[in-house]
Amino acid sequence: MGIFEYAPAPESRDLANLKPQYRPFVNGEFVDGSGEPLKTINPATEEVLAEVGTASVSDVDVAVKAARKAYNGVWAKMPGSERAKYLFRIARLIQERSRELAVLESLDNGKPIKESRDSDVPTAAAHFFYHAGWADKLDYAGYGPNPKPLGVAGQVIPWNFPLLMLAWKIAPALATGNTVVLKPAETTPLTALVFAEICQQAELPPGVVNILPGAGDIGAALVGHGDVNKVAFTGSTEVGKAIQRQIAGTAKKLTLELGGKAANVVFDDAPLDQAVEGIVNGIFFNQGHVCCAGSRLLVQESIAEELLEKLRYRVSTLRLGDPLDKNTDIGAINSAEQLAKIKGLVESGDAEGAERWTSPCPVPERGFFFAPTVFSDVQQSMRIAREEIFGPVLSVLTFRTPDEAVTKANNTPYGLSAGIWTEKGSRILWMANQLRAGVVWANTFNRFDPAAPFGGYQESGFGREGGRTGLEAYLDV
Amino acid sequence: MSDRISVAKTYKLYIGGKFPRSESGRVYPVTDSKGKFLANASHASRKDVRNAVSAARKAFGGWSAATAYNRGQVLYRVAEMLEGRREQFVAEVAASEGIAAKKAQSLVDASIDRWVWYAGWTDKIATVLGAANPVAGPYFSFTVPEPTGVVGVLAPQRSSLLGLVSVLAPVLATGSTAVVVSSADRPLPAITLSEVLATSDLPGGVANILTGRASELGSWLASHGDVNALDPTGAEPAARADLARDAAGTVKRVLTVPDVEPDWTADADIARLRRYLEAKTVWHPLGV
Amino acid sequence: MTATTSSSAATATPSPLADATRDEASLRRFLHGLPGVDQVGVEQRAAGLGTRSIKKAAKLWAIDTAISMVDLTTLEGADTRGKVRALAAKAMRPDPDRPDTPRVAAVCVYPDMAETAVEALRGTGIHVASVATGFPAGRTSREIKLADTKIAVDAGAAEIDMVIDRGAFLEGRYLAVFEEIQAIKAACGDAHLKVILETGELATYDNVRRASWLALLAGGDFIKTSTGKVSPAATLPVTHVMLQAVRDWFVQTGELRGVKPAGGIRTTKDAIKYLVAVHEVAGEQWLTPDLFRFGASSLLNDLLLQRRTQADGHYSGPDYVTVD
Repeated sequence: MGIFEYAPAPESRDLANLKPQYRPFVNGEFVDGSGEPLKTINPATEEVLAEVGTASVSDVDVAVKAARKAYNGVWAKMPGSERAKYLFRIARLIQERSRELAVLESLDNGKPIKESRDSDVPTAAAHFFYHAGWADKLDYAGYGPNPKPLGVAGQVIPWNFPLLMLAWKIAPALATGNTVVLKPAETTPLTALVFAEICQQAELPPGVVNILPGAGDIGAALVGHGDVNKVAFTGSTEVGKAIQRQIAGTAKKLTLELGGKAANVVFDDAPLDQAVEGIVNGIFFNQGHVCCAGSRLLVQESIAEELLEKLRYRVSTLRLGDPLDKNTDIGAINSAEQLAKIKGLVESGDAEGAERWTSPCPVPERGFFFAPTVFSDVQQSMRIAREEIFGPVLSVLTFRTPDEAVTKANNTPYGLSAGIWTEKGSRILWMANQLRAGVVWANTFNRFDPAAPFGGYQESGFGREGGRTGLEAYLDV
Repeated sequence: MSDRISVAKTYKLYIGGKFPRSESGRVYPVTDSKGKFLANASHASRKDVRNAVSAARKAFGGWSAATAYNRGQVLYRVAEMLEGRREQFVAEVAASEGIAAKKAQSLVDASIDRWVWYAGWTDKIATVLGAANPVAGPYFSFTVPEPTGVVGVLAPQRSSLLGLVSVLAPVLATGSTAVVVSSADRPLPAITLSEVLATSDLPGGVANILTGRASELGSWLASHGDVNALDPTGAEPAARADLARDAAGTVKRVLTVPDVEPDWTADADIARLRRYLEAKTVWHPLGV
Repeated sequence: MTATTSSSAATATPSPLADATRDEASLRRFLHGLPGVDQVGVEQRAAGLGTRSIKKAAKLWAIDTAISMVDLTTLEGADTRGKVRALAAKAMRPDPDRPDTPRVAAVCVYPDMAETAVEALRGTGIHVASVATGFPAGRTSREIKLADTKIAVDAGAAEIDMVIDRGAFLEGRYLAVFEEIQAIKAACGDAHLKVILETGELATYDNVRRASWLALLAGGDFIKTSTGKVSPAATLPVTHVMLQAVRDWFVQTGELRGVKPAGGIRTTKDAIKYLVAVHEVAGEQWLTPDLFRFGASSLLNDLLLQRRTQADGHYSGPDYVTVD
């Protein structure tokens, strides 16, 4: 116990407006799903938050039909400037209900309220705001005059940024004139269903957006449905490959945003204290449940000692605990399953000879939590250097020269993101040029903006989300 | 029962976020198309132009440094406020232009939609006009559009709201600030628009609206050393060459406009956005 | 780890760093070799720390701690002995109706007012700090700066707040700045020395880091952000850089040095943000008036009002605290 104990500062749970039951959203209404209802839990406490009706395969068909009807009858022929105004309304409603959404997101996902409040929800609103403005400007997007939408989009999103991933998918799809059927992740369906309420408040025409909670089988049914023209998936590389296989040979357009094992490269002339911040943000933001997490620290050997000392000190100030506490930096791991995966890989790190350091921060007794951990003396051959852990675990490797840094950073089938820390401008640009990654952050990390395209190389997926480039995924071009 | 006496609005100028009268103390009567008196409008002078340019310059630093997203939010808010005052504008446009309420309605709706269209450009114009330049050497070269500064705008004489919106919104969308001289005979919607701007989180001085005569004030704007660009729409075609000559003294960017006021209901394009943006090209070597 | 607070005698630079101050070229290489500070990164971290929510017992503790860290200040051309006596009275009894209120750390005045302050505060344990060296601009000769310091020291000031020569610093004449600080430190005798960097004039965080290290190498007991006469004065990111510097100094030398942000800190909310920064950037050890001070005048009353609000359970008003 220190002399300056921040008292508990919990955001009120009541703000989330939790209901005992949630239902799928089809054709503008909440309807009973004919799948087996699931119980969604709060990973910080393991208590049940609500019961959520799920879709069955037949419900998928109903939803796709509703989306098709809305597409043919209303949405595709609506002038872009009118579509825009719906999206502006949605953006504003998200802003208005932002506190409710933030608390609900933290309850359902386990992420700190500080993050859902300051990052997830505002960025989700921004995505709708940004894409609203494209709806009537597609002629200027560089895809030729009057580019057309694809039709019905089937979208499957992960549990790590539930509302934000929904925004990344739905905003561009609607702006370009498509209608959607979206399946939120099994463990985090709630904010998607409140988003459905927002669609109602915005008076969005029925069928333009449909939300079907369910598990992997429902995702597969949606992806495989004959009347879906466009598939968008964010999630694990394993499932991404399965989807690519599943729709191979069909006319469906596909974009994938999969895993990563990003290298965060720190040179000896880096702005050291800010590099430490960037490393911490890179791997501990959102408990490390980030596809573009800086999970490999590649530090120049000459400053490795100094950097690691600062890093350990900094990590030990991170506060782990109740996601609803405004002072919490690291929240809960999303599920027991994910926690087991993390633990398994950490054990492999020990077994393969890396040096483990874990923060001495107190860990709650209940709930799924994992204290921030830094492995040093990691080599490329270790599992913790190659496999995506998707948790608050950093693997530290060293390099001697810029060329070696590039070689090591690129030595992975993934290629989503990378970080570069150096005060030397030419080196930043040279490195950015050399790194095989779809997103390169220099002297910063984990920055997202609807105007900046995001997506990976190789097994991190293909297609981009955000910016002018991101519109392509939803246009027939 | 006797009719209730209404409280008539006093129409003043909009400068620096405030509503002053003209420093000249002048006013002029504004009538509807049938000659019925509507109000006395402030008759702006060259000193009002001077003050407005000063306010616009002062506001430029903050407005241009705001993120494009923030500017888009503010401009969208203007549209929200416009929508809230729809009925008031319909009545004012109908009276100013001598048209039926239904026609005025469609013009007001078009004005709001046009404002929304421009609000959506703030964070996209850089993508459309900017570029990474594939130069033949180990350099990273990129070009970004930046707002030009203070833009002097002579608003259309005939279209009292839609035309006004069409010439003002693009200035603000680029991050530049504006000094607008309204239609001489149809100035009232311009001041009601100012009231909308004043309640929309638009920082004072970003837009300044002067009611008066473009024929009197145009050359002061065109020759002003602290105005970067000029939209001569509201000037008589015969006067435009003179204005262009005035503008040449400070190498102003002058928008090319048709002789006859265009049909403002036609779709807008990005010509105005382009005119109020400067392209900045930056180079940096790539190397270890 | 043992901690030695730098004491009154002129401190020799700890040996690993002695080479750095050997001559102008070495000092320049050392200072320019310090890691840079990324502006956006440091400002983001400072802003992030500003979202810490400090409530209830923690808030009360923070308010009381902040009060005990205030250097209650008057530095006006119009200062009179009457004004200084009034300020001293306020320092001794900040909230007369709440006798359990902590007292402030020090009263800070111009050198010619030091005697009055010392007299008024005799026996109370509240220090008298005096500015010196041609405060605030410091644009005068070494002789005058030393004489200015002597006035304050002779009058009994226990703390001297000097200004560095920003002109020399910006010219890159680091050794001159260094030697001047050393000379003033020697003239302080038993008094402890705060070195004002005037961060608003240094303009970049890189410069703030370099000036911080320069002052620490020269033996300053405290590094202080500003005179309060130039805007911007203290800011959270600048203080952040300085807190990092004293922490790095401690890690390298084992010595504890202090930080004082001054100017522009007016509200309890701000003060608490600074305490969070001290806590999370430098460390718990620095949460004491021996190592952290607020240079402020109007902050005190806001702290007192918030203290009452926490204790009474309703918002208070300016009529309930004394003007001085």
